[in-house]
Amino acid sequence: MTSLYSGLIDGVLTGGVYALMAAGLTLIFGVMDIINIAQGVMVVLAAYLSYVLAAHFGLDLFVGILVTVPALFLLGIAVDWAFIRRLPSRDRTTMSILVTYAVAIIIEGVLTLVFGVNYVQLHAWYVTRSLHLLGFYLPYIYLFGFGLAVVLMAAIYLMLYRTRFGRSVRASLQNRSAARLIGINVDRVATLSFGIGVAVTGAGGMVFGATTAFNPNSGYDLISRLLSIVILGGLGSMAGAVTAAVSMLVVEDVVASVWSPLWSEVVFFGALVLVLALRPTGLFGRSLSRSQ
Amino acid sequence: MKGHLTRLISGGAMAGLLGLALAACSSTPSSSSGPIVIGISLSLSGDFSVDGQNFQRGYELWASYVNSHGGILGGRKVKLDILSDASSPTQVVTNYQKLITLDHVNLVFGPFSTLLTVPASKIANRYHYAFVEGAGGAPAAFANGLHNIFDVSLPVEDSLVPFARWIAAMPASQRPKTAAYPTSNDPFTEPQLPVARAILQAAGVKTVYSQVFPAEVTDYTPIADNVAATHADIVLLGSVDVPTVSAFIQAFAQQHYNPKAFIATAGPDQGAGFVSAVGASNTGGVMVPNGWYGGYNSPSSKAMVNRYIAKYGGTPSAVSADVAEAYSVGQVAAQAINATQSLSNKKIINYLHSGVQLTSVQGAVKFDSKGENGKAVAFAFQWQGSNFVQVLPTSNSASKSPLFPKPNWGS
Repeated sequence: MTSLYSGLIDGVLTGGVYALMAAGLTLIFGVMDIINIAQGVMVVLAAYLSYVLAAHFGLDLFVGILVTVPALFLLGIAVDWAFIRRLPSRDRTTMSILVTYAVAIIIEGVLTLVFGVNYVQLHAWYVTRSLHLLGFYLPYIYLFGFGLAVVLMAAIYLMLYRTRFGRSVRASLQNRSAARLIGINVDRVATLSFGIGVAVTGAGGMVFGATTAFNPNSGYDLISRLLSIVILGGLGSMAGAVTAAVSMLVVEDVVASVWSPLWSEVVFFGALVLVLALRPTGLFGRSLSRSQ
Repeated sequence: MKGHLTRLISGGAMAGLLGLALAACSSTPSSSSGPIVIGISLSLSGDFSVDGQNFQRGYELWASYVNSHGGILGGRKVKLDILSDASSPTQVVTNYQKLITLDHVNLVFGPFSTLLTVPASKIANRYHYAFVEGAGGAPAAFANGLHNIFDVSLPVEDSLVPFARWIAAMPASQRPKTAAYPTSNDPFTEPQLPVARAILQAAGVKTVYSQVFPAEVTDYTPIADNVAATHADIVLLGSVDVPTVSAFIQAFAQQHYNPKAFIATAGPDQGAGFVSAVGASNTGGVMVPNGWYGGYNSPSSKAMVNRYIAKYGGTPSAVSADVAEAYSVGQVAAQAINATQSLSNKKIINYLHSGVQLTSVQGAVKFDSKGENGKAVAFAFQWQGSNFVQVLPTSNSASKSPLFPKPNWGS
């Protein structure tokens, strides 16, 4: 029974961290129909930025995200300007996979040139310490990361549902043509959404780098997991991303704890296939066809 | 117009396929008086990129040494034709196919890891190429009964034997009572643990955890937490890389779990990369089995380490064993070429199977009928402070005393 509770706790806490990394991916798809394959490498880039700020400027990892998040936002704007907005409207989603894959290769190449391929990890007092509560050791880094995820997800929710910009985003998400007709600058909304989607990885990357040793190649394993999460949650759904991330990690961690680590991914992907067979749009997904 | 274009593309594709087929049929190496071209596929990106790039350094260091000392076969220079396989067992097959059938390289050297060596050796065997390699020491690499494969490094099955024997030989009052054996499902790691477990169980060390986990896990925390929950006295981790070891150490520290001994099959041998990932305060007492380390006490090894440091910087402790494994491949191949005075792969294969004893920076090399190096000696190394030192076997004069019990994490 202790293993079950331990697996549940691990799954929920780690799931929160993955939700943070997947949130940007699903936001970008929701608004722009863009599948950002570079999101995994951008998480790694954010981890490296946090590493530089901590190692060379002595900044605490959580203080460092005040720099990394805006930096990633600007990167997102630049990538959108240089690549995404130039995509033809026909086959936009398919083309975005190729283009963002190219972006991933460029970022990975630059990171390799600058940092080499040796693994690094972010270090701080809370990375290896934990809170002893009710007989369980709860790692501070996961607690803080989960807290950060809650704060940022709440901020994104408030932005989407309580601001004028959020209304523009949701209008663009529901019907791009109608949004244009009522005066919304859909292209500007898309650019800012891409920037925000990438900026969120600034925070996710820091937590990723503090919980995992990484090198410039680490983004590829990550993107396959993030895509699994957003597909299960429903492409474009923030609530879906959170639910799917926590579900994925809880299922995997509980199975690994009480049964066998070898079956953890099999059970999760079995559940994923089952959900998609019953509900092809994912848990919270919108219709696959949408008004342009 | 569209139909014409389609025919043109189809015709081009057919011509390309025909060319590839013809090239495959005429796979005779272009052995003239020019440089000796050696084809290699390496994992320059992907999961094995750290090891792959260290292997590249080892191969290049050897080639540069040979070329600066008059070359091979009466002054012929060595030229390396290196392709990246992105750590993919599929791409490695394509690469060796290309190196042999299109590039017509004279010789091929092995890639990194058993996972890639197994498919690559089959391609080399198909074209009757000798396949000298340094990182495919698991039983799976020899299970196909190929006559062309030669591993210059330590057979991995026996890697943990010095560690297991050391624990088993402790006085009963000091000897650990329980052991945990988590391992990645990789052909390199899995064969090592049963051998060590048999020795330890015979000495009365009870197994309290033995689980295999997938090579690419989303979250190592529950696995490491389960190990910590057993409070095993010692942990033998079957790992292939630094992130796996780092994740376990981090989770153990978070759970306030300090085993008396912790040995990982790979990762701690990555020098500066390992220290950077786990943090200097967590390296103390961590052990790793291998056949070589940067302080290895042999003149040729020391000379290679000095050349490495002159070119890439760092300290002997920071030189990865991958470098020596790759370098040894070149040394063994060069001795075979010089002895046979030929680039004939058939002659080289026969020579290497003749029972001759060769030398390398890792020590003596003598191949058995399977192609394993029967002369390789297993050691265990340990991080002590900022130094990576040889500690096992304790009977070896170069071994220092192992830290036991291991210092607590973070101390």
